[in-house]
Amino acid sequence: MNETIAYKKPTSLYETFDRKGSGETCTHYCPGCGHGTIQKLIAEAIDSLGIQDRTIFLSPVGCAVFAYYYYDTGNIQCSHGRAPAVATGVKRTRKDAVVISYQGDGDLAGIGMTEIMHAANRGEHITVFFVNNAIYGMTGGQMAPTTPLGLKTLTTPFGRDYGRDGRPIGMAEVMNALVSPVYIERCSVSNPKDLLRTRKAITKALENQIEGKGFSFVEILSPCPTNWRMTPVDARHWIDTEMSRLFPVGLLRDTEETGLCAPHCVPWMDDSQLLAFLEGKKDPVIETGARVPGGTQRIQIAGFGGQGVLSAGELLATCGMNSSLSVTWLPSYGPEMRGGSAHVSVILSDEPVGSPLVERPDVLLAMSTPALDHFEPLMAPGGLVITNSSIVNRPLRRSDLHHVAIPATTMAKEENLVSAANVVMIASYILISRIFDLDTLRRCIPMVLRKKDLLKKNIALVDKAATYVQEYL
Amino acid sequence: MNLVRVCDDECKGCAICVSVCPKGCLAMSGELNAKGYEYVSFIENSPCTACGLCFLSCPEPSALTVCRIKEES
Repeated sequence: MNETIAYKKPTSLYETFDRKGSGETCTHYCPGCGHGTIQKLIAEAIDSLGIQDRTIFLSPVGCAVFAYYYYDTGNIQCSHGRAPAVATGVKRTRKDAVVISYQGDGDLAGIGMTEIMHAANRGEHITVFFVNNAIYGMTGGQMAPTTPLGLKTLTTPFGRDYGRDGRPIGMAEVMNALVSPVYIERCSVSNPKDLLRTRKAITKALENQIEGKGFSFVEILSPCPTNWRMTPVDARHWIDTEMSRLFPVGLLRDTEETGLCAPHCVPWMDDSQLLAFLEGKKDPVIETGARVPGGTQRIQIAGFGGQGVLSAGELLATCGMNSSLSVTWLPSYGPEMRGGSAHVSVILSDEPVGSPLVERPDVLLAMSTPALDHFEPLMAPGGLVITNSSIVNRPLRRSDLHHVAIPATTMAKEENLVSAANVVMIASYILISRIFDLDTLRRCIPMVLRKKDLLKKNIALVDKAATYVQEYL
Repeated sequence: MNLVRVCDDECKGCAICVSVCPKGCLAMSGELNAKGYEYVSFIENSPCTACGLCFLSCPEPSALTVCRIKEES
């Protein structure tokens, strides 16, 4: 007797699914759920195409939220409905990746309608698997955009009514109204014939991406026996007899033409090319001599809107980029262009930065009194506070912080450039921390400054700040 | 002669495999597994062709394994 295995668990799924303790091998799906079947077909396709090492699987919000516990591939769990936007970012930065956006009908056709429309319209080189079970499953069976008319759900107890609730949306047809997608098919997992067709469609949609053809969209009619209140076998029968009349299965588009998002549309500059572009030079100077105290500086710059707080952060971050540091720049401001409060978090680091949030600043550049009031208590022990003493006239309340007072606004006024107090603050910080050479700052100001005719005055202010700080210290 | 190996504790008793098998090789076992589901069982010596429809339609990744068996000549 010679035994060979014809079908077994795909290798692109983990051996165990350790969501609730180790050793579990069952999924979290209800008996007869379509997700399990569809995810197995996708895993099989990943295996047979040999793309496990470069697949990035995007889990949605919905019952499939835990797909990252199942797929032994790259995984990202996306905010509700945003998977096509995440897919866009991932694919444009990792062109060799095979990016799968796996979404349900509430996720894709409800809250995420915008993201799917625009990703499809741009012809992003991604594969979207749209699992349509005509209901919100995870939250307990509310009406979805795809719920058939007359169907009773938790939120349509008398059945969906077109006057009150609108009509069900056929997403494959909506996709077909756009020019950019290269492949659109609607399938079903309700019977063996359609199941095998779905298997082919999944493979084709992934092959399209591997071959760089463009945006592929596969809608899969999928049973939700629990929320439909049917047995798993009856639920599949209901797809064949009822749901597929509303959402007919079939191929809507398969074009030989390549989609819109051509290779030249995605970023192609490396760091030095980007700097050259910003600096307007062919051969940029990238410095490597930055000395970041402690390896990472978490800097909060805060003040009134109009004081150039956000630009100050941009200037500092640009200096960091020019010095081969990892940087982040995270602005926070109100709707007012002038007079509201504004602050910006900048991180300069020798290491890649995980999160741009600054909760315990090492450095505070306080350009107004409310800014000092707000951020002083949050400072890391022993941190550096530079205040704009033209406006902030109180001493620090904490004794463990280093305080330097610079009359930034006054100095800027003396140069007839009151808006450049921010440059004085940044110059002071660089001088005090010695993180960069002042030449780095001088070189970066033109990259950030929008009014080029003020360049000389800005550079003069840097020198003025340098003199002041040297005398002060 | 082929066969389907059922991992009893992986089965959630949805019976989809029973409904799709063209040769009637699978049936509900009448027994409950550790999770409380009535699991399916493969009918010994039934004419399985190893077509894989049961495996492909089963929502659980490791409940079913389809084996092809060749008699050695």
